Amino acid sequence: MNAYQEFSIIGSRPVRPDGLDKVTGRARYGADLNMQGQIYGHIVRSPHAHAIIESIDTSQALATEGVLAVMTGADLPEPGDSVLGGGEGAIALKDLSPMVMSQGKVLFHSQAVAAVAATSPELAAQAAALIEVSYQVLPAVTDMHEALGADAPILHADRFPDGFPEEPTNLAAHISLEVGEPDAAFERADVVIEQTYSVPMCHQGYIEPHACVARVDAAGQVDLWCSTQGHFMVAQYTAALTGIDVGKVKVTASEIGGGFGGKTTVYLEPLAVVLAQKSGRPVKMIMDRGDVFRVTGPAPGAQTRVKLGATQDGQLVAADVECVMDSGAYSGNPASFPAFMATACYKLTDARSTGRAVYTNKPKIHAYRAPSVPQVTLGFELAMTELAAELGMDPLAFRLKNAVEEGDVNMMGAPYNRIGLRECLEVASNHAHYKAPVAEGEGRGVAAGYWINAGLQSSATLNVLSDGHLSILTGSPDIGGSRASMALMAAEVLGIPFEHIHPQIAATDAVGHCDVTGGSRTTLATGQAVIQAAEQCVAEMCRRAAAEWKVEVGVVTWSQGAAHYGEQSLTFEALARRAGTMGGPLTFSSSLTASSAAPSFGVHICDAKVDKETGRTTITRYTTIQDAGKAIHPAYVEGQMQGGAAQGIGWALNEEYLYDENGVLQNAGFLDYRIPVASDLPFIDTVIVEVPNPLHPFGVKGVGEVPIVPPMPAVAEAVYQSAGVRLRDMPLNPPKIVAALQEQ
Amino acid sequence: MNKPLNKMAVQATINGEPTAFLCSPGQVLADVLRDELELIGTKIGCNTGDCGACSVLVNDRLVCACLVLAAEIEGQAVQTIEGVAEGGVLHPVQQKLLEHAGLQCGICTPGVVVAAKALIEHNPNPTEEQARYWLAGNLCRCTGYDKIIRAVLDAAQQMREEAAV
Amino acid sequence: MSIQEFVAPHSLSEAKGFLSDGAAASVLAGGTDLLVGVRLGTRNPERVVDLKKIPELTAISIDAEAVHIGAAASAFSILHDSDVPSFFPGFAEALDLIGSTQIQGRCSAGGNLCNASPAADSIPALIANGAQCLITGPAGDHQMPVEDFVVGPSKNALKEGELLVALILPRPSPQTADAYLRLTPRTEMDIAVAGVGVSLTLDENATCTAARVSIGAVAPTALLVEAAGAALVGTQLDAAAIEAAVAAARQSACPISDKRGTSEYRTHVVGVLVARAIAQAQARIVEAVS
Repeated sequence: MNAYQEFSIIGSRPVRPDGLDKVTGRARYGADLNMQGQIYGHIVRSPHAHAIIESIDTSQALATEGVLAVMTGADLPEPGDSVLGGGEGAIALKDLSPMVMSQGKVLFHSQAVAAVAATSPELAAQAAALIEVSYQVLPAVTDMHEALGADAPILHADRFPDGFPEEPTNLAAHISLEVGEPDAAFERADVVIEQTYSVPMCHQGYIEPHACVARVDAAGQVDLWCSTQGHFMVAQYTAALTGIDVGKVKVTASEIGGGFGGKTTVYLEPLAVVLAQKSGRPVKMIMDRGDVFRVTGPAPGAQTRVKLGATQDGQLVAADVECVMDSGAYSGNPASFPAFMATACYKLTDARSTGRAVYTNKPKIHAYRAPSVPQVTLGFELAMTELAAELGMDPLAFRLKNAVEEGDVNMMGAPYNRIGLRECLEVASNHAHYKAPVAEGEGRGVAAGYWINAGLQSSATLNVLSDGHLSILTGSPDIGGSRASMALMAAEVLGIPFEHIHPQIAATDAVGHCDVTGGSRTTLATGQAVIQAAEQCVAEMCRRAAAEWKVEVGVVTWSQGAAHYGEQSLTFEALARRAGTMGGPLTFSSSLTASSAAPSFGVHICDAKVDKETGRTTITRYTTIQDAGKAIHPAYVEGQMQGGAAQGIGWALNEEYLYDENGVLQNAGFLDYRIPVASDLPFIDTVIVEVPNPLHPFGVKGVGEVPIVPPMPAVAEAVYQSAGVRLRDMPLNPPKIVAALQEQ
Repeated sequence: MNKPLNKMAVQATINGEPTAFLCSPGQVLADVLRDELELIGTKIGCNTGDCGACSVLVNDRLVCACLVLAAEIEGQAVQTIEGVAEGGVLHPVQQKLLEHAGLQCGICTPGVVVAAKALIEHNPNPTEEQARYWLAGNLCRCTGYDKIIRAVLDAAQQMREEAAV
Repeated sequence: MSIQEFVAPHSLSEAKGFLSDGAAASVLAGGTDLLVGVRLGTRNPERVVDLKKIPELTAISIDAEAVHIGAAASAFSILHDSDVPSFFPGFAEALDLIGSTQIQGRCSAGGNLCNASPAADSIPALIANGAQCLITGPAGDHQMPVEDFVVGPSKNALKEGELLVALILPRPSPQTADAYLRLTPRTEMDIAVAGVGVSLTLDENATCTAARVSIGAVAPTALLVEAAGAALVGTQLDAAAIEAAVAAARQSACPISDKRGTSEYRTHVVGVLVARAIAQAQARIVEAVS
């Protein structure tokens, strides 16, 4: 049962508090701050994808006039065996430190090997070219299947995943989950299908390159400004990587120009700090767009084998899923999420799910919106559609018959609470889009998707201002409108106008800890901290009003922005104005580790038309349906649904990392890494389904990740229905479709 | 090697104001706007003309400021995002982007505003398709373009209605 | 950037001086290739010579014989401030496919030609329309067909100190129309995987009396496929004639496989585009008559 049942302002669509700054160009992003006396950093990057660094000679660069500092991996502490963070977010320093700057060995092309700071960006670039690095070049492997081969070059000779202790291989991780007896259960199936599906490595494609500026003062205090999804993470990682106490590292988050998981780590920040330490000057660093593609981000490519069995009446009886994922050069832990979540949408008492991660000479992978789940879902959902066709069933009806609901248990043995998959499937079945006939020559696909949704740590501080306005401080960077959500939730509890609320993202020294903006957690978890702090405010204001009226606090009620007792009332504004004489400043903080997270589900419907002569696919109609729990600001929920769908469509049709035989990325720019442009897409219709999350006072569920999960299988099926040829390997670009049609 | 003193003096009109600045011969307009004139609303996403975040008008012509040499604008008129809202009043494109939630992270927004304003000046009654093709050079990774296109069409309609009154 | 000097001459003679005194000079029209090249380290000029202050280089004029397009005139001004699109809708479409609105605000047809990319959109359209290059240089002015101007990937026929002044497109004879089609994975912001320019002339009986077919992005340079044109002349553009033109185009194609497409795909799709471009040019003529 949700604490709040009726809403006055939640669910409305006010203009976001930071909107004015963002439409007028005033908002400051990562590259938009300059510090007095700053100089500029430039990174020397490896021209090889796999090599041993024999020597680095920085003397010429250091001797250049205007060069104030040079660094190499030797300036970073040895990572040892320490681990940062915990749970799924844990990362070993030995996977982070060399990713930021190589310490003796290069494992991917363009890996940082040294850096220069100089008085101008041009001078820094010129001096960087004077650094002489001698390499012993090793053979590189970029294909994960080849990387598992017997004669593949080994990236990490000292790593042995659990259960594989004999010889070092490129296997980074292996996880296998099983419920019931899947092998026996397949015997009960009338129809069994088994197919293999693949998804290429891709990039989050945020428009803002990584950027930061760092100052280290004479007392060793670090002041760091950067574009990040979590500045507390930046402080923790940077401190660990540089050997500076985290208490001496203050990080201020700039506005962030997109992240989608790609800004949940550090690249430039520790280097800027070291260069600032060495030079005594603030150091600004901006990553080149080509390097953004070459060294940051990528989401793992994956191959998924799916075996499904069902009875003739459409009952799913067994599943066996095996997903191999490309981890890149260091452990990015991509294998566990698909193992946990592959089967999450369906009732399966007998299932096996295996995940493997493989090292390759490519950049370390990072989260990308529902990390690793779109990849495995392409396989599972397309297999569901193929199986429905074999059974002669409508693909949505087949899914409805098997959809999980409250009380069902997932692969991790945890029961679902009140979830909304069935509701989404029902809405999809009855949607005008699904009921409309498929246009001549077009095809239609549907798919469902799941994301677990994170809770994690959040904090908020509310300061009541003397005129009755309110400032909200949180530590969650606002990547897509979360200030508006925070203001709406505070306004709902307090009953004051939305426009009187001023949410801000505070630096690490000004608010309690917040984990990264990621995992669809901010509106839920940071929002819950705001709600709790606002409830404290109401309680205190009622207490003060009761004291004023000399009544028991229990008889005072709070509604419409005022405390009431009988005929008497005291407004929020009056209590704010008189705070000094009624008990002092009104400041409230709340911190929590959210245990209220609940999974979200979505269903997408895609119509596409394939030009069978050229192989080009046009998406002609697209509808997304998603359970948002309770939509705080529906326009931004729709925005998440539309944006995720667009990213998934891009991944399905054109986006992929292309490497040459030397491990050099061939399409490191927006010209040839083809994210969808405005003319590639139709309007993307949205239906928000609201099945309240019973664990959250407002019923909120995270919404950001799910929308990227269903598009690939939905598009792939629409392409099949239009072109008449079944493709199971993304992307479905024109050459691939034409080749398949010709083969047919 | 770089000659730090090799600077050119350029006079131009920036957002309606006569402006003089020094630039090196190879410096692009985007860098001068941001680093010399502190007009940080012009964003840099790629530096190769592929993303549109640095869209500005030079003599009313829509261009990427990363692909214009600053020295080229001698005697010319530049309008940046900072010059779009007149006298503190938002342009309808800005207002409609806010109302439609046509921005999420907001990094592409200044470029979108400049480009969409140019579209409506060029074509007061754009179709959805015309708006999508005109804005194809303004990459947005957050929105799927849906609410941006709706906002631009809505702004154009409002401007037509205001012009008709 | 390595650029040490920026000059903006006001006359052709002044420009020629800047281009022939031994400095490593690059001309700047729209800069959409040059400045990207400088950024990516593939171009390294010391001196940049901005051509846009030279009247002949930005002028667009139409006389009784031909359309003259200054080599530095921007695609946007050709498309929106001139009558060129009404004469050559296919050439206009080619310009309209180059990059974004922002790129078109700067890029020039002359620059697209001089940059000599195998995948340049405007070059097949110019070749189809029989365009000539007006070149000036130390030895005076001369003209050259566009198909001879590009000699290899990123290589043009300009000699030391020479400058492309204008493109001259003969006015189309009656019952003539052109078309340009290209294939890109996205609708916009892509480099052609294959491109096709076609110009057709029909007589009053709808018989083709002249045809030029040019293909791009399927060979080191855009090609004039004379056999494809010849296959169309004298026919009513029936299926067999179009098939012969398609086959001739595919025969001439010798594409590479790269990140933008496989050799097999490019060869296939260039034929598809030839057939479609012929149909579109034909439809334009029929529409203009009716």
